[in-house]
Amino acid sequence: MTRIRLFEERTLEVLMQGKLASTMCHVSIGQEAVAAGVCMAMQPQDYLTSTHRGHGHLIARGGDLARMMAELMGKATGYCKGRGGSMHITDMALGHLGANGIVGGHIGIAVGAGLWSSLSQNRAVTMCLFGDGAVTEGVFHEAMNMAAVFRLPVVFVCENNQYAMSLPWSKSTPAVDFKTRAAAYALPGVDVDGQDVAAVYQAACAAADRARRGDGPTLIGAHTYRFFGHSRGDPSAYRDPEEEKRWRARDPLPLFKARALAEGWLDEDAIVRIETEARQAIDAAVAAAEAAPPAADSVAFEDVYAPSGAQQLIDKAVSA
Amino acid sequence: MTTLMFRDALRQALREEMQRDPRVFVLGEDIGRYGGAYAVTKGLLEEFGPRRVIDTPMSEGTIVGAAVGAAMVGGRPVAEIMYVDFMAYAMDQLVNQAAKIHYMFGGQINVPMVLRTQQGTGRGAGAQHSQSLEAWFTHVPGLKVIAPAIPADAKGLLKSAIRDGNPIVFLEHKGLYALKGEVPDEEYLTPIGVARVARAGDDLTLISYSRGVHVALEAADELARAGIQAEVLDLRTLKPLDIDALIASVRRTRRVVIVHEATLTGGLGAEIAARLSEALFGRLLAPVQRVAAFDVPLPANSRLEKLIVPDAARVVQAARAVLNFSPQETIS
Ligand SMILES: Cc1ncc(C[n+]2csc(CCOP(=O)(O)OP(=O)(O)O)c2C)c(N)n1
Repeated sequence: MTRIRLFEERTLEVLMQGKLASTMCHVSIGQEAVAAGVCMAMQPQDYLTSTHRGHGHLIARGGDLARMMAELMGKATGYCKGRGGSMHITDMALGHLGANGIVGGHIGIAVGAGLWSSLSQNRAVTMCLFGDGAVTEGVFHEAMNMAAVFRLPVVFVCENNQYAMSLPWSKSTPAVDFKTRAAAYALPGVDVDGQDVAAVYQAACAAADRARRGDGPTLIGAHTYRFFGHSRGDPSAYRDPEEEKRWRARDPLPLFKARALAEGWLDEDAIVRIETEARQAIDAAVAAAEAAPPAADSVAFEDVYAPSGAQQLIDKAVSA
Repeated sequence: MTTLMFRDALRQALREEMQRDPRVFVLGEDIGRYGGAYAVTKGLLEEFGPRRVIDTPMSEGTIVGAAVGAAMVGGRPVAEIMYVDFMAYAMDQLVNQAAKIHYMFGGQINVPMVLRTQQGTGRGAGAQHSQSLEAWFTHVPGLKVIAPAIPADAKGLLKSAIRDGNPIVFLEHKGLYALKGEVPDEEYLTPIGVARVARAGDDLTLISYSRGVHVALEAADELARAGIQAEVLDLRTLKPLDIDALIASVRRTRRVVIVHEATLTGGLGAEIAARLSEALFGRLLAPVQRVAAFDVPLPANSRLEKLIVPDAARVVQAARAVLNFSPQETIS
């Protein structure tokens, strides 16, 4: 969580300095407990699908900060050779099947990954993260239904940060809890405090266990809040400042810190060490990204097609 | 050689590839117990079982999406969409996901999937079940688009498509499933991206694909009775286009007519015409002609339907216009 927070704070700084290669950049500050809780519940062979607000998901899955920052800056050393940017940041070798710019577009892909896990018995669970905006797209219904009827090992996690751009969740749908929604697919639906990393982790573990047992998908609603605007230049004028204050008082980082100290999971020293290490890692990542060469012009014209007869490239990536 | 129907040739391709590679599986609506709306997958469920022949719910978007996801993590899916018209429901998964993934993610992963679907007129199936939508797909970098005209190519190209490693749209024509043709007995692959000379000739070139090839051949027969030898080229692959083969033929014949069942405006014929004009402007003896469906939806009335799509008579007429063209006509 600390790494995600600091990485994204740095990203905003770098953005303001005009060093990002694209205008597209969505930060998840305030939502870190969801990414961390879900990804901690994953095993190495598992898959993850992610969204336009996906930096946190990749960091929580173990993504390399320097390659991430390089990608944001459009550098040759970036995860996607500098042509994907923030919205498509991805490390396939980690079973991360892509951050997606089409809201809801990856939910079907998660079903496909789950389908192949079921057919090949590869013991992988797919964690499918999406925002509340995706829930009202048509593909959500198709995907939930297909995963449910085939009992696929997929965990659907709605990172409900209360807004799809300007539209509040309560105006998106009259069915605001996920238990009710899941009932339509005869699936367990779990509503969880998305500011509480332990609660998210427990829900994700239970759902992943269920999926791995062959009992099928779970729908988790992790209720959270984005502390900043939808993207740069969005002052969130559509939000009530009182509401923002209430949610900011439930910042997942201090909440966890207090709990960890109270329960004796961590002491002050350990917390300082975590923060210092994260800061150093991010400094190093920014420095490496700044020093890296920009993506060559030729990168724009490459990789439109894989070579004919190509095996799945991820096979290589995973075994490498 | 064995004489096979188009649909049986397709089924042979699926069977052989499923026997060869345990990662290959098929999914779609009514493809298992029912055997497919056009009986292409008949018998596969019995042979390969429900884990490799998957009857899905009615969910075109997620049929394609699931194929994309499975392809990314190790499967070799062949998805069937019952009618190309229903691709309107699934375009995001194909265009924004399948076609973009290899590029967008920096070449980290590829999407070895085939999307089989069926299009075209001939059954009076009406405005929502008869379209020819290949231009939707050829417009998108990252996709390959195949549209065979004869059983041998149907089989050889489907096998190549399954092995290709990219997202491939494989367009069958509903009016061709019962067409019979010779199919080699031994294993073979037909290369993607290579056109075929369906009939040789020197007087003009007729370019088509899918069922249009048969319309063009019929027209060529009629022209031959008048002593005109038309060359008929079957594109077989619509993207990537075998532009070299087209240019070579038209450089020789200097006259060309393009035939397709899709509507005229924005059709693939426009692209081919532009490319040929760019390459052969001074060499052409007449403007490139297109014979396509008129720009109207298709009525659910077989008689009216026939008025809209090209037939041999229209192709002959266009061919005569090209042959009789005199440049003075356009100078006013
Ligand atoms: C299909 C589609 N429609 C609209 C958009 C434009 N858009 C990008 S993000 C967004 C809001 C998404 O909200 P949500 O899913 O809740 O995710 P959040 O941004 O809150 O993380 C919109 C409307 C898009 N990218 N894709």
